[in-house]
Amino acid sequence: MYDKDFLEKLSEKLEQWQEQVESELKKFPERRKNFTTQSNLELKRVYTPLDLREADYLKNLGLPGEYPYTRGVQRTMYRGRFWTMRQYAGFGTAEETNKRFRYLLEQGQTGLSVAFDLPTQMGYDSDHPLAQGEVGRVGVAVDSLKDIETLFDGIPLKEVSTSMTINSTAVILLSMYAVTAQKQGAQIAELRGTIQNDVLKEYIARGTYIFPPQPSMKIITDIFEFCSSKMPKWNTISISGYHIREAGANAVQELAFTFGDAIAYVEAAIKSGLDPNVFGKQLSFFFAAHNNILEEIAKFRAARRIWAKIMSERFKVTNQEALKLRFHTQTGGSTLTAQQPLNNIIRVTLQALAAVLGGTQSLHTNSFDEALGLPTEESVQVALRTQQIIAYESGVADVVDPLGGSYAIENLTDQIEEKVWQYIEKIDSLGGMVRAIETGYVQKEIHNSAYEQQLAIEKKEQIVVGVNAFQTAQEQQMRSILKVDPSVEERQVCALKELRKNRDNNAVRTALKELKEAAKENKNIVPYVFEAIKSYATLGEVSDTLREVYGEYVESTVL
Amino acid sequence: MKIYRILIAKPGLDGHDRGAKVVAHALRDAGFEVIYTGLRQTPEQIVRTALQEDVDVIGLSILSGAHLQLSQKVIELMKKEGIENIPVFVGGIIPPDDVPQLLQMGVKRVFGPGTSLSKIVEEIKAILQQGVASAGES
Repeated sequence: MYDKDFLEKLSEKLEQWQEQVESELKKFPERRKNFTTQSNLELKRVYTPLDLREADYLKNLGLPGEYPYTRGVQRTMYRGRFWTMRQYAGFGTAEETNKRFRYLLEQGQTGLSVAFDLPTQMGYDSDHPLAQGEVGRVGVAVDSLKDIETLFDGIPLKEVSTSMTINSTAVILLSMYAVTAQKQGAQIAELRGTIQNDVLKEYIARGTYIFPPQPSMKIITDIFEFCSSKMPKWNTISISGYHIREAGANAVQELAFTFGDAIAYVEAAIKSGLDPNVFGKQLSFFFAAHNNILEEIAKFRAARRIWAKIMSERFKVTNQEALKLRFHTQTGGSTLTAQQPLNNIIRVTLQALAAVLGGTQSLHTNSFDEALGLPTEESVQVALRTQQIIAYESGVADVVDPLGGSYAIENLTDQIEEKVWQYIEKIDSLGGMVRAIETGYVQKEIHNSAYEQQLAIEKKEQIVVGVNAFQTAQEQQMRSILKVDPSVEERQVCALKELRKNRDNNAVRTALKELKEAAKENKNIVPYVFEAIKSYATLGEVSDTLREVYGEYVESTVL
Repeated sequence: MKIYRILIAKPGLDGHDRGAKVVAHALRDAGFEVIYTGLRQTPEQIVRTALQEDVDVIGLSILSGAHLQLSQKVIELMKKEGIENIPVFVGGIIPPDDVPQLLQMGVKRVFGPGTSLSKIVEEIKAILQQGVASAGES
């Protein structure tokens, strides 16, 4: 990008400057000996054109909407349309969550994102002994199609896009959603939305796995296949670094392990005969945004470039649409503090800004009270307003990739990419991601990083405002925290009993029997799950049927 | 000096184990013998493990909001087994309003987000030493 003579001149000038700095440092030392990012990337005092690797603009950066997509996946980015503002929500019963959804849509939210309670995520009905105390807690309780009909009552599924955080039971919830849409009069081919459906990261970081890795991969591949033809606008998976990051990974590990998972999914799908040029278009990603703005922006940009290279070089994909890394971002839950909770509004703002400057396609901003419990309507509103202020008032959305070309950002982007490739090589050498998870390698790496971060906070090498510095004697008390009505569980269980009594139980039995046969015979199970759901078979019954065929995964605990 | 044995347990369906593992690691570095249950333990399993492993203290990590029910259940079962003298700690996302209830049911301490590892280690040690002292007196 720069000619040789100029760079030599600059290099000389920089050396002189460094000497001056050295002499000044004796009098005015810097705050620290070494400055690094959270991922231990070295931070220089200043960056210059000398730091731009190879400096081949077209090869490394290119233009927005063009390979390798470093600068964004669309040509006009937010000048065309803002990112989708999508707040994750769900608690209690379907009626209550339906009310929250309608509230969020009225407030200007542009897409829905459903949080399910843990029994729903784990494939247990609300009356299962393991569901006790958990019904409707961290999300909405869903037992059957009936609950999903209620959840989206009055919300036209033809028009909204809906993201569902659901993994091991994704095929069940996808079926319920699609059937509900059909009942509303929509064609399933026109539905837009996402199921998380990323089971590998559940073994690593999030914990809601049911089946062992092999059958889990089979179900995921079934969904890819089904949606390629029947639901082409649906994102069949949201390959998630978010939870890996929240479990303690640093920014580099977040990308590395996410792409490790992604490679495993693509390989599994190719092995079962699917074409990555086709299913590749429906893959989406999900990342975290933490506080270090520079590192986070670089991370998102590096992620796009790495994925484009993986798809084109490793998997020989030629379809442009299948090379683009499209992602959702959530601000980092683990960065929120219970101390002086209003400070979290600022943290969320910085993180959201990094996500937007990094070119996210959709964004969830956390509420400031989430280190204490579920967010209230007021705190959710502040979180959404944060996005709206960035969109409508800050001006950052008016230029595509406005920090592209910053010497520091480009250098960090390069550094992150390089470190991620090293990890990917390591994972390959261990026999791939599934193997690396089974042996506990990935979990161990994440845990070590989490422990290091905590020790850095203990030693005050990392300052957390209000926690290990600038504490106040009088802690602000939250005025109100959302309480989940304790009668939710009882009401949900009553409704479930009623349902089991009133449905056509013969139809349920037949549908479940056919599903079981299909699973045993290694057929694509998706159409059979659809039929079972239509008969009002419950989530627990469908899950149990699959458990009988596939078995359950037992974690080998790594500490 | 006696080496204390601590059980770190994840009751319920909650899969967030970062905190549990980090605290377990810190306790191990502080000289405790740590038994970590892994995810998704029923209260019955936790109390059984506590008995089998003959632990001196139990730490429950809960981030799902089910802390009241789950802690209550563990403590009831401990009473049934006659091991209610083993101190119980709870860590996780616990709304401040719920802390008094937890203490009332017999939980010794509640450690919310942001609690330093050294504080957790010190307080657990202090309670264990108190326990030894009072046992010596009787």
